[in-house]
Amino acid sequence: MPVNLLDEPDIQAESRDYHWTLNFGPQHPATHTTLRLVLELEGETILKATPDIGYLHSGFEKLGEHLNLNQYVTVVDRKNYISPPMNEVAWHNAVEKLLGIELTERCKYIRVIIGELARISDHLLCAGAAALDLGAFTAFLYAFNLREQIYDIYEEMSGYRFHPGFTRVGGVMYDFTERVIDRIERLLKTLPKVLADMEKLLFRNKIFLERMRGVGTLTKADALSFCATGPVARASGVTYDLRKDEPYLVYPEFDFDVPFATEGDCFARFHVRMEEMVQASRILRQALDKLPGGPVNVPIAEKFPMPDKGTTYNSMEGLIQHFELVMPNRGFQTPKNEIYAAVEGPNGELGYYLITDGTQVAWRTRTRPPSFIHFQLFPHLIRNHMISDVVAVLGSLNIIAAELDR
Amino acid sequence: MKTLKTPDKTLAELRKRLGEGVFTVSENLDNLRLHVPAAKLIDLLTALRNDFGFQLTELGGEDYLGYPGRSASRDRFEVHYILLNHDTAERLVVKTGVSDPDPTLPSVYSLWHGADWMEREVFDMYGIIFAGHPDLRRILMPEGFRSFPLRKDYPLRGRGERHNFSRLTREES
Amino acid sequence: MAVKPGLIELPGRSGKSGSGVFAPEGTIFTTLDAVVNWCRKNSLWPMPFATACCGIELMAVGSSRFDIARFGAEVMRFSPRQCDLMIVAGRVVMKMMPVLQRIWLQMPEPKYAISMGACASSGGIFDTYAVVQGVDRFIPIDVYIPGCPPRPEQILRAVMDVQAKVQKGGSALGNLGLPELRRMEEQLVQIKPRAALPGVATERADESRYGYRLPGGESLVGRRDS
Repeated sequence: MPVNLLDEPDIQAESRDYHWTLNFGPQHPATHTTLRLVLELEGETILKATPDIGYLHSGFEKLGEHLNLNQYVTVVDRKNYISPPMNEVAWHNAVEKLLGIELTERCKYIRVIIGELARISDHLLCAGAAALDLGAFTAFLYAFNLREQIYDIYEEMSGYRFHPGFTRVGGVMYDFTERVIDRIERLLKTLPKVLADMEKLLFRNKIFLERMRGVGTLTKADALSFCATGPVARASGVTYDLRKDEPYLVYPEFDFDVPFATEGDCFARFHVRMEEMVQASRILRQALDKLPGGPVNVPIAEKFPMPDKGTTYNSMEGLIQHFELVMPNRGFQTPKNEIYAAVEGPNGELGYYLITDGTQVAWRTRTRPPSFIHFQLFPHLIRNHMISDVVAVLGSLNIIAAELDR
Repeated sequence: MKTLKTPDKTLAELRKRLGEGVFTVSENLDNLRLHVPAAKLIDLLTALRNDFGFQLTELGGEDYLGYPGRSASRDRFEVHYILLNHDTAERLVVKTGVSDPDPTLPSVYSLWHGADWMEREVFDMYGIIFAGHPDLRRILMPEGFRSFPLRKDYPLRGRGERHNFSRLTREES
Repeated sequence: MAVKPGLIELPGRSGKSGSGVFAPEGTIFTTLDAVVNWCRKNSLWPMPFATACCGIELMAVGSSRFDIARFGAEVMRFSPRQCDLMIVAGRVVMKMMPVLQRIWLQMPEPKYAISMGACASSGGIFDTYAVVQGVDRFIPIDVYIPGCPPRPEQILRAVMDVQAKVQKGGSALGNLGLPELRRMEEQLVQIKPRAALPGVATERADESRYGYRLPGGESLVGRRDS
């Protein structure tokens, strides 16, 4: 079943005696779970790298054709599993755009908050794992400890440490309580300290800098040709950020900057991610200060949200709406149309091409997976580098295997 | 997602460059879609990239077998290309259709290298062949897999492929 | 029972005091198996076969808050030749299954396996064409952890369960498995897949298996396979 890449005519070992092939197998600590690379080497220099993916392909897109628009959010979480709420925000952004639902102000703020928390969580893990792969174990532990605080926030708001499955069509699962906001405030106090600690550990460390600077350089033209987005593209000079250029939710009301670099090497990507965390904490601070009151789900009359128990038992409309949503094969109407809608995920542009056919079950849920598109860059970036640069480049591209393979 | 800033002007210029009748336009909310037949796909995308500054961001396929309300004369498969102009923040959706016996489309690898794996995935999932692609083989499914999973006539649970492995007992291992 | 001060006695077969073996105080009498099992259980080296989201919870177990080092298991060596506890964390796809089996075969005895999460134990939410519905169909598993993903405390509990299993069922020569489960293991090899019951429509057969009807209607539900 695994691909025998040695059968391909241009990697025949006999024809070039001094090249040899190394298999960076699907089970390897540095490959961030289930990626396979077949490297053709001359000594320690890599001449050609062929990725072999699909070791985590679980049929997400086919599942989307059998699950209801609200049920699918639990599955969507499991794609970019280090920042699950961002996937949910992206999915329901597409669904609500297609259905034409206008969210309440409070819901938009809540979605921005969980999105930015997800972004911090993702960048922390990416930075931590990049440091871990280069041998800096302490930075990894610092990052993970802070992520535990973010998990505490998710747990307080939804009951799950991660994969909250928090958003719904027309709103969110539960409203934010005081304790959630307390925890976010506490996170905002500890975040700058942890980031400063990580910077102190890494940014003046000669070994780290030597291993990351000048390695895996991506030029701006290549970034555009390979369809890169997000921090990978921004580190190469493509200054496009969906939060600023095609704003969604309430991003126009926040004052934040979009970091970018022009070198395009691993260190630039790392630095862009660290800086994005600082900007995300700025957005969180402003969002918490401006969080409006009011209802968090759209009104029942629009037939999308699940009413709470009080409304269900005390009003006729609530009862009917609850029945409609819970009983199978009933529910709200969807248009027979298709749409592409994207948000700025931590990894890049995370979009959905969604086709609905009138029922509550989508017809086609195509994800635009940023990791998949960025992994195509890898053979291009790693040419003529050494084996030890493989981990540096892979870590900087932030390849999440579940998003890669879906 | 924003569409063209001055859609009429841009579309008129595009029509002038390519000639009339090459594409049809449809719109939904803020997606502006251009439907183009497979033969004119490369011309349209080349014009959009070179003259209008659009870059590809996404490429995917759809299978419309059994879609309610779709006439049988339309193509079964469609492939969409999402294009983005980074400088003006404009987006376009380009759609092409292909039909079942030998679905083939020209590959856009020569325009954007990022289309490489995305086209391989469309081939893997739907069986649409991209002519001119440097290395069209299965990417997500194992090499020997014979069906195209995302087609509507392939069941969700598969046809038993996932159970085809030998069982290791404690004595053997 | 001290006969002389400073000595303890392991009684002999006749039970009479004074007829057994004498040893200085502080000696523990036990079996070799128990000692070896005790050593093994307190230094289980996990082989993290982390595929997906459960892998992140596994990393969290290894980090400072839910320290797995307390159980002697923080040495997550990624070479199967050096490990004795394989933790299958995450969904295992068809393409990955031969890799998993090969790694299992490479691990030396005595070896134990934990199937972590719903996806490894039974396929989880991914009842699709590509995901193996339970790793225990192809690999012998000792402990299952439910959850999606399981909390780190559950993983620690599973490690403790494996430790209990090692203490009870292992021997100095290798892992013979718990005595009460050995027969069940033999029977498991004989199980054939169940055919659809006669007179029951194919799609309703799925209902009895899952207990609910998938939304979207029967036309989209796949044919019932083994």
